[in-house]
Amino acid sequence: MSDVAQSQVSHGHDGETRRDFLTLTATALGVVGAACAIWPFIDSLNPAKDTLALSTTDVDLSPVQVGQRLTVAWQGKPVFIDHRPEAEIKAAQDVDVASLRDPQTDAQRVQKPEWLIVVGVCTHLGCIPLGQKQGDDRGPFGGWFCPCHGSVYDTSARIRQGPAPANLTVPPYKFTSDTAITIG
Amino acid sequence: MPVTGTGRTSRIIRWIDYRLPFVAMMEHELHEYPTPRNLNYWWNFGSLAGIVLVIMIVSGIVLAMHYTPESTMAFDSVERIMRDVNYGWLLRYIHMNGASMFFVIVYIHIFRGLYYGSYKYPRELLWMLGVVILLLMMATAFMGYVLPWGQMSYWGATVITNLFSAIPIFGQKIVTLLWGGFTVANPTLNRFFSLHYLLPFVIVAVVGLHLVALHQHGSNNPLGIDHHGPQDSIPFHPYYTIKDLFGLTVFLLIFSVFVFFLPNALGDPQNYIPANPLQTPPDIVPEWYFLPFYAILRSMTFNVLGIPSKLIGVTLMFSSLLLLFVLPWLDTSRVRSATFRPIYKKIFWLLVIDVFALGYVGAHPPAGSIVIVGQIATFYYFFHFLILIPLVGKIERPRPLPTSIGAAVLGPSAATAAGND
Repeated sequence: MSDVAQSQVSHGHDGETRRDFLTLTATALGVVGAACAIWPFIDSLNPAKDTLALSTTDVDLSPVQVGQRLTVAWQGKPVFIDHRPEAEIKAAQDVDVASLRDPQTDAQRVQKPEWLIVVGVCTHLGCIPLGQKQGDDRGPFGGWFCPCHGSVYDTSARIRQGPAPANLTVPPYKFTSDTAITIG
Repeated sequence: MPVTGTGRTSRIIRWIDYRLPFVAMMEHELHEYPTPRNLNYWWNFGSLAGIVLVIMIVSGIVLAMHYTPESTMAFDSVERIMRDVNYGWLLRYIHMNGASMFFVIVYIHIFRGLYYGSYKYPRELLWMLGVVILLLMMATAFMGYVLPWGQMSYWGATVITNLFSAIPIFGQKIVTLLWGGFTVANPTLNRFFSLHYLLPFVIVAVVGLHLVALHQHGSNNPLGIDHHGPQDSIPFHPYYTIKDLFGLTVFLLIFSVFVFFLPNALGDPQNYIPANPLQTPPDIVPEWYFLPFYAILRSMTFNVLGIPSKLIGVTLMFSSLLLLFVLPWLDTSRVRSATFRPIYKKIFWLLVIDVFALGYVGAHPPAGSIVIVGQIATFYYFFHFLILIPLVGKIERPRPLPTSIGAAVLGPSAATAAGND
């Protein structure tokens, strides 16, 4: 016992490095272990398997008339489907792309010109813009108007006025037939 | 010891400490805090219990983010945690087995206190706060077991809440109040979830008081004698922090064996059957940590002096715990450690055997010799605390106590020389 007491007070050069080495390696291993233990707790907050299984949405477009706008839910978010008339398509195509805040041609945003499909979440702070229903304020460019902070989107759902930084997002989708799509 | 030094960090610490003495308090309670130099590994279980409490709270909070406390959805939400939530199986197995580990640790901690007389003057309130923690843990564990809404959850809840129906006159009214209906049902599940989330934080508060009471007079020790000076003690940090850390590592290994390889070994398979209010499982058994008390409850099979056996059984079960509150005054011996109490040492181990016997009885259907063994073991439990403890203190002749911890540990010559760290 008194030997132990002796070694505690001796500070030889070799003993010092050895202790430092052990402290450092043990602490490092402890930190790695703690990180590994904490990860499952954090990852459990990510979407669960059943949530991920609901990540695609099938939409039948055949009942949507020209000029009609349809809202569907995809991953819990609204997706705007606009069956655009000729005038809207032309308005979207005639814009000088260089003048836009988020420059994109209309062709880059659609697979078929008559169908515009975008996520209906304002890129400013996440509100749902108006313009889907009859009588909604569509803003000066005939597209969508966000009532929260006044962002204005055109008929290609590109940002034209207001605080939003980017165009409405185009979700991944593909045409499974002439009149049906799968989003996601 | 005030923080000294002229560097920027120590200046900031001094600035804060002058206004909020946090660092000074930690320094005082961890580094300067004199701890007996002879604590053995049985003294690891206090800090271990604290760490498991934290593990339970953290895993519980995350589980509550995925769980639905509604009677038609609760069972499925637990299965969703097991199958769909990322690492949900791990979180649930940590929480499930953590409850068992918590009780193992706390029971060892309690028997440590019984063996070394840690409940005696001047630590009576420290002990009583510990008993409060035990009662809160039992309530929390019981309500937590109800939440998965399996067959054992449902019928366990029914049986335990019906204990209160033994109360004369108001019994049935109280049970209806607990249920929020006429059987265990959705309102019961909702309130149990609410309380299951609340009580752990109450436990944290009582643990805080437990620690304040502990630090008032410091830890007891295997010799059970007071420490008188620096030759008897060493600073808590780093000596006992490192020892506790080693104990924690060993514990985590054992815990991991259960979580990863035997996750359902301590549970009941009946609880993977959804609750059915119209059918009781053939064999109702509580979780293992309640078995001894369950055996005491069932031991009364006959009326005494016209008092119904049901009421006596319930009273005995609660008394078996409440008795611990008055233990410091039942014990007439002033010697703490069983090391110096030859007779007490023997009856201590008899009590350990008795509690295991009660546990065995509680786990088996009450028929034949099991009933008799249960009655004898119940009788002995109370005989130990009410008769033997007061009596042994009077008739026993303790062995001579060492003059100091330092002298006993280091030898008489070193006792005065050592102690400077």
